[in-house]
Amino acid sequence: MTELLTPASEAEAADIIAGHAASGTPLALCGGNTRTGFGNPVAAAARLSSSALSGIVAYQPGEMVMTAKAGTPLAEIEAALAENGQFLAFEPMDHRGIMGTEGTPTIGGVFAANVSGPRRFALAGAARDHLLGSRFVNGRGEVIRAGGRVMKNVTGLDLSRLMAGSHGTLGFLTEVTFKVLPAPKAAATLIVSDLTEEDAVKLMAAAMALPLEVSGAAHLPYSVRAAFLGGALAGDAATCFRLEGLAESVSARLEKLSAYAGPFGPLTRLGDDETKVLWREIRDVAPYRDGTLRPLWRVSATPSEAAHIVGAMRLEAAVDAFYDWQGGLIWMRMDGAPEAESLREKLMKHGGGHATLMRAAPEVRALVPAFEPEDPAVAALSARIRQKLDPAGIFSPGKMQRQENAA
Amino acid sequence: MTGAIAFKTPKPEILARRDTIISDLGGLLPTDCLIHEARELVPFETDAFLAYTRVPLAVCLPETTEQVARVLAYCHENGIPVVPRGAGTSLSGGAIGQEDAIILGLSRMNRILDIDLPNRAAVVQAGVTNIAISEAVKPEGFFYAPDPSSQLACTIGGNIGMNSGGAHCLKYGVTTNNLMGVKLVLTDGTVIELGGKALDAAGLDLLALVCGSEGQFGIITEATVRLLASPEGARPVLFGFPTSESAGACVTDIIAAGIIPVAIEFMDKPAIEICEAFAKAGYPLDAGALLIIEVEGSEDEMEAMLARIIAIAETHGVMAIRRCQSATEAALIWKGRKSAFGATGRIADYICMDGTVPLSQLSHVLKKTSEITDRYGLRVANVFHAGDGNMHPLILYNINDPEDAARAEEAGAEILKLCVDAGGCLTGEHGVGIEKRDLMRHQYGEADLRQQMAVRAAFDAEWMLNPSKVFPLEGRDD
Repeated sequence: MTELLTPASEAEAADIIAGHAASGTPLALCGGNTRTGFGNPVAAAARLSSSALSGIVAYQPGEMVMTAKAGTPLAEIEAALAENGQFLAFEPMDHRGIMGTEGTPTIGGVFAANVSGPRRFALAGAARDHLLGSRFVNGRGEVIRAGGRVMKNVTGLDLSRLMAGSHGTLGFLTEVTFKVLPAPKAAATLIVSDLTEEDAVKLMAAAMALPLEVSGAAHLPYSVRAAFLGGALAGDAATCFRLEGLAESVSARLEKLSAYAGPFGPLTRLGDDETKVLWREIRDVAPYRDGTLRPLWRVSATPSEAAHIVGAMRLEAAVDAFYDWQGGLIWMRMDGAPEAESLREKLMKHGGGHATLMRAAPEVRALVPAFEPEDPAVAALSARIRQKLDPAGIFSPGKMQRQENAA
Repeated sequence: MTGAIAFKTPKPEILARRDTIISDLGGLLPTDCLIHEARELVPFETDAFLAYTRVPLAVCLPETTEQVARVLAYCHENGIPVVPRGAGTSLSGGAIGQEDAIILGLSRMNRILDIDLPNRAAVVQAGVTNIAISEAVKPEGFFYAPDPSSQLACTIGGNIGMNSGGAHCLKYGVTTNNLMGVKLVLTDGTVIELGGKALDAAGLDLLALVCGSEGQFGIITEATVRLLASPEGARPVLFGFPTSESAGACVTDIIAAGIIPVAIEFMDKPAIEICEAFAKAGYPLDAGALLIIEVEGSEDEMEAMLARIIAIAETHGVMAIRRCQSATEAALIWKGRKSAFGATGRIADYICMDGTVPLSQLSHVLKKTSEITDRYGLRVANVFHAGDGNMHPLILYNINDPEDAARAEEAGAEILKLCVDAGGCLTGEHGVGIEKRDLMRHQYGEADLRQQMAVRAAFDAEWMLNPSKVFPLEGRDD
């Protein structure tokens, strides 16, 4: 069992890290442990968690900005925002279902893993797009302040956004400052039934191009349909479009979208409550919260190529998949082997992108790189950046880039 | 100006090799892509930060990524600094060269390579102007969101280097939020690609780091940018307020009410007078401040949003409300705003500050700004993006009076420090360049700066790319 270190202050964290740096002892960095097991295996005798660094530091709704300590539970953040009619527009997913973990999602973890939900491909962008500033401890045990708390800031290098998605390999986040937005007053979903995957991808692209601010576009093939809304989705396959905003806007846009999509298939409309449930289930990858370790891939693809990639994989292996982000995000579960090489080759052939192995049995993880192997020049550059932030190489070594691949 | 900003002494060993270097570069590029005659170098001696000039050793204007790579590899091997340049519209001196450096300009790489509407992406060469992207996709109902005021001239490569913003960033974000990928030539000539049409980074998010790195990490030759569907309609409305304070408070209340217009622009009385004299936009001359608030969507949506905004404005004593009845009128309202810098230049020399403050501090900072400029005996006009707290105090002075110029520089520095002390930052969209280099220590601690410089060195260990910019000259590890 690895030792769990939970410093109660930033200074204590800095001391711990400085000590480990001096002795060259690796530390696995974490927040609330909801993504335990994600990434390549890390050999570290101790885990350093931000869970005891908790609490909202500053929040002025009129500025649409919040500062919170990294270990603050996401639920606490979301509750404080909801009280003021605001929300995290990038709707971070909850990984516990697919990862089979029981921890507490934290705001630091959300940014460290750049966790975004279905609104990613709409205006909202990714978690990293909302991160304005941060405090973190680097691998020398120094506290570093990066960015700020204003939306426009080009003063120096954007180290905060570099931290986003670095999965605890560059620094130990202690505090994050992020943009929040007014929560939409109303929401609705239009579902077009029975489309083929190829047609669905095309219709999603067309709908996203309309001036209707579609804030979610997902395609749920027949195989996964029953996992949503307690099996209540109509038809064989469901192509779902979410609209949000003022009640007047939502109903007007719903009419326009219905008129546009009508010729493509039978239409169903979902109201506010069902919309919230459906998109939370899409966000949290409901079909693959199956309590197994069957390999699950998160595939970031060129949206228009999504159906081709899945189609090509189906010819070679037993795979199941559904589509978010207009096709730009494919959740793909393998029934047998992870088929990493085959999947990555298909991606290259169909417009580029990358595949991340979210979960798998330990023996599989030991063999398959969790992250897309990088071009050697990019890998060398990333290694140099890591060296500048963590010279002793103590932060979650190998988690993103397996040791034997590291330049 | 007084020359308060120091430049490094040019390295004599490079200057001594000038003829050889020019001859070598000539072998790497087509004849008309190399500029070295003294007379022809003059247009490249400064950018839009006109107060400082430095004639570069030579200017290279490559036409392909391959040529860029060749020039960089050569300069890397021979220890010659390189200053990247787009259209040269930097307001912070980000593209000003130095005597022992070559300027590498991207203006000839100005082709749009691919417009991919189903994936809402465009691949463009770095020298394409910002506005050209939107114009190319406008007939199909799309646009590229970041809209710096210089968008007619500035290039996308420069926008990425500076992480440019603009009036519509409140809703759409700045360059980093709208950039999907780049082709980047590293200092040794290695060409790498970051990002692309798929979303999110595969490994470390190097794209986030490159965006806003002010030309210190490599030369961007191509970019993949995100296109957005144009809204059904857009409408700017002009609001006149009795004072800057009432206008500022109105902005805060609009945001707090959960309304996100696509733009909220602010002008104080001096700015109104200057812009009206130039653009004849019909700005209310009796107002103490005005806001241009733009909403967008369908006709019904715009009306619903405007009704809410007007109700809030009324609680702040709004004196005048002018809705646009036509596209011509809308264009005129924006013309006054977008030409503010040029219009100011007609009546006086000025330096344009670019501090950002948290919205709640707007009124406080405006008041203090006037106090500072009064104390220096200078005039100031304020025109800025109020929705995101990005202030642009224009400090008017006489460029031919060295004392006046020195006072303007000092007042400017005080104003920027004021922004930082109020919780904001030194630069919201113009970049640090040479202008704010020596103020960096006011915003960042030593460890913060050292860490940033170390990351910079991961890209350019010898500090050869845009070497005198962004970081204070003292304390560097170069």
